[in-house]
Amino acid sequence: MRATVLVRPKQGILDPQGQAVESSLRQLGFSVGDARVGRVVDLEVDSTDALTARAEVERMCEQLLANPLIESYEIELAEDEG
Amino acid sequence: MTSPQPRIGVLRFPGACDDRDALWAFAALDAEAVFVWHTETELPDLDAVVLPGGFSYGDYLRCGAIARFAPAMAAVSEFASDGGLVLGICNGFQILCEAGLLPGVLRRNESLSFVCRDVPLIVERADTPFTTRCTEGELLTIPVKHGEGCWYADDALYEELVSRRQVVLRYAEPVNGSRADVAGVVNDRGNVMGLMPHPEHAVDPLLGSADGALILSSLVESARERALAAA
Repeated sequence: MRATVLVRPKQGILDPQGQAVESSLRQLGFSVGDARVGRVVDLEVDSTDALTARAEVERMCEQLLANPLIESYEIELAEDEG
Repeated sequence: MTSPQPRIGVLRFPGACDDRDALWAFAALDAEAVFVWHTETELPDLDAVVLPGGFSYGDYLRCGAIARFAPAMAAVSEFASDGGLVLGICNGFQILCEAGLLPGVLRRNESLSFVCRDVPLIVERADTPFTTRCTEGELLTIPVKHGEGCWYADDALYEELVSRRQVVLRYAEPVNGSRADVAGVVNDRGNVMGLMPHPEHAVDPLLGSADGALILSSLVESARERALAAA
């Protein structure tokens, strides 16, 4: 299965990168606010069972992909094509 | 009788850059310093372990996030849980936080700029194995050089650390956006410390300050006492 992990700075945590991006967008004339910058990790997981795959990716997030002190994560799973 | 030189291991990760400075500084402070390669699964006979500064494993994902799983880190965790002295400098601090051996996390500097300059530090505690040569309230000048030194802990964790007196060093002025200007912390037990400033770059007045030697020689002294106690 294909897994996509979205890692975001937790709500309430200052995100200077997001602020810098927001101010650049404003300089370009876009009317935006509250920009936050996170990270995307795409993975190919061996497991074909969605429940097993999700549990496994959750463990990956807890151990490595996200730091629970400052980041939250979201997991999306998709069947392989073909 | 001459007191024995304590043996201090300096961990070498790929991407480390201050490992040789740390080795040199400890040798200059009358310790026997040896390198320990990151793939080692066991530590040699050591009286203290130092995780030096640098950019271990390219700082990929988050600083220290990959290095914490290096084989040698399992041995360092075990060494620390047996009460061994462990000091993490800069990237070493980041690794110890990611490994859960120290509280909090180091984030991108609030300014998003790399900071490289001498900074004034206030000694909050002089009763840790890493600060016995300092006095409480003393002002030290030690350089920092980091892009990700903004130490963060949430309200609950920070209050807990303050009540347990785990903050050892604070910046005397804003440097990187760290919560309450925290520059260095110890674990609950007091045998593991991390700091963003580089004491190994400040052991000779020729380099601008020798205040870093106060911290490193405190560690050398504490390690020597432990070596003598064990002998």
